[in-house]
Amino acid sequence: MMSQINEPKPTNALKESNSTQSVSNYFSDYWRRIKTGDLGSWPIFFGLMVIVIIFQTQNENYLTPRNFVNLFVQMAGITVIAIGVVYVLLLGEIDLSIGYVSAVAAVFMTLRLRPPNSWYWIAAIIAALGVVALIGILQGTIITKFRLPSFIVTLAGFLVWNGVVLIMIGSGGTVIVQDEIVIGIANYFLPTMLGWFLAIALVVLYAVNRLLGWRGRKQRGVSKTPLAIVIAQIVIVALIVGFVTYIANQDRGIPFVVVLLLVLLVGFTFLAERTRFGRYVYAIGGSAEAARRAGINVDRIKIYVFMISSIMAGMGGIVLASRLRSVDTSAGGGNLMLNSIAAAVIGGTSLFGGRGRVISAFIGALVIASVENGMGLLGLSSGVKFVITGLVLLLAVLVDAITRRGRSQSGTA
Amino acid sequence: MSESPLLELKGVSKAFGAVQALYQVDFAVEAGEIMALVGDNGAGKSTMIKGIAGIYPFDEGEIYFDGDLVEIHGPRDAAKLGVEIVYQDLALADNLDVVANMFLGREQINRPFRLDELHMEQAAIETLESLSVMTLRSVRQPVAELSGGQRQAVAVAKAVMWNSKVVILDEPTAALGVAQTRQVLDLVKRLRDKGLAVVVISHNLHDIFDIADRITVLRLGQRVSVLQAAESSQQEVVHAITAGQLDEVPGMVQ
Repeated sequence: MMSQINEPKPTNALKESNSTQSVSNYFSDYWRRIKTGDLGSWPIFFGLMVIVIIFQTQNENYLTPRNFVNLFVQMAGITVIAIGVVYVLLLGEIDLSIGYVSAVAAVFMTLRLRPPNSWYWIAAIIAALGVVALIGILQGTIITKFRLPSFIVTLAGFLVWNGVVLIMIGSGGTVIVQDEIVIGIANYFLPTMLGWFLAIALVVLYAVNRLLGWRGRKQRGVSKTPLAIVIAQIVIVALIVGFVTYIANQDRGIPFVVVLLLVLLVGFTFLAERTRFGRYVYAIGGSAEAARRAGINVDRIKIYVFMISSIMAGMGGIVLASRLRSVDTSAGGGNLMLNSIAAAVIGGTSLFGGRGRVISAFIGALVIASVENGMGLLGLSSGVKFVITGLVLLLAVLVDAITRRGRSQSGTA
Repeated sequence: MSESPLLELKGVSKAFGAVQALYQVDFAVEAGEIMALVGDNGAGKSTMIKGIAGIYPFDEGEIYFDGDLVEIHGPRDAAKLGVEIVYQDLALADNLDVVANMFLGREQINRPFRLDELHMEQAAIETLESLSVMTLRSVRQPVAELSGGQRQAVAVAKAVMWNSKVVILDEPTAALGVAQTRQVLDLVKRLRDKGLAVVVISHNLHDIFDIADRITVLRLGQRVSVLQAAESSQQEVVHAITAGQLDEVPGMVQ
């Protein structure tokens, strides 16, 4: 066959890829991806290193256990909201209403907790999340049924829910959260032993999951990562978890919000990458037409995603209210919405749909919180803070654009 | 041809407003044959396959599948009969890998909610190997990384994976280079050898004479001739496409 002479791999390449990859193959494959511009999370990793070095040289309080724990508490709200943003961005849509939707949930819950007719805490939280879920369904339905741009519909939502927050709070100004458990969401720290117990349980679960997955793939004879790499990854995860637990236990212990974040990140990663629903979200973001022809109900998936976006915004709002122990008329305002979207983008989720992972919400929020936290320690004015945060966002998008150009030149965009 | 054709259209018509896109067209394809569908732009080729696919209904006429009168009201009906269509733009999601694209909309799950990736990957590899598609580096590559010929192969493999009996290919070689065209044409021949009924729409007469058993020529929404590829010349086909005898022109007073 003359045609096969021109092909780079005329042999049975599929069969080859099924057999166990050697470690050197794994790294040469990895190096090939790096060379073609698929840098993965390396830019973010180096960026974080630079941020840490800059702030530590400026202020010795930056790298302390106390500030380390503070950082997690500070980033929790944005991370939760950004998880929802990732889903919306994966579709290639946008949700500008998340800031004030988060405030609607927070204010609704806080008002329900107020005596004399205070609700039980879980009832107040579920009711608040139910309210914002309806908001998401409403916005998603308008966007899909009337074929309107999500930018415009959620911009209208941005104004409407801001107004609703002001109406709900009324002339009161500030409403205190009057429930110890709700306050504990962002202010409770796990006792030392419980922290270690959870850390070990987490590592064991991760290791078992990875090894069982590896064995399953080996038995079925489909492509898999070399065992040495899997073990190396498990060791790295164990070291990171152990390090974080150790440092946090030097101070007040692991914040409860970290456990909450872990559960949400794992759950929503599973939803995105292991279920039909998640597969459809990626497919719609990649090619809505292909999804439609495959018989996927594109409108219904979109409505669900806007519902998820609102629910996550609501959860994030509750975490923020818990941290501040109150809500006021400025709840959900400021740069909350922009920071949440920026977190997803800095973490590596594309604004154009189809590319990104749930973990990017955490990575991006970590970058933003690290910068804000450091600038706070240095006592910089809010003007300077905004300028620097903006430049960090620009830098992240630039790195993404440049590496994507590298990929398109090598034909792998 | 004692048995009835696998897929047969009898007297189908379709109008879009004042435009009569198809008029009283008969069409048939047998199992294990490649039927080329040719015609100039606007001859009604796309209208016909979209009608078969259930994208929109024919205004009149009947569809027979394996001798039985059937009704196709949507893409799902066509798929249920075993009729799969590979569109010219392929309808692949670039960001998803080969396996995800081949199973898009028909994902298999093993536990509640959980995709059975292992099983899907195995089935995808089996299908690709049965079609002798060997040039893929891995079925876990995103489709964006594939060449045009590889993408076409994935789209075809996606169509045949579901025990389909009729595969309709719309311009499968339109955007491909010489070597890749060769591969796709070989792939189409393998579909025939597996006993599928294959309908190929193409403007490239060279390709058609390479692979087709019979050629149906449409002109201005009517079928002007059905030729045996082995017994006809390119000139005859070109003549039929450009000046084939129309039985009657609807609306024209003669």
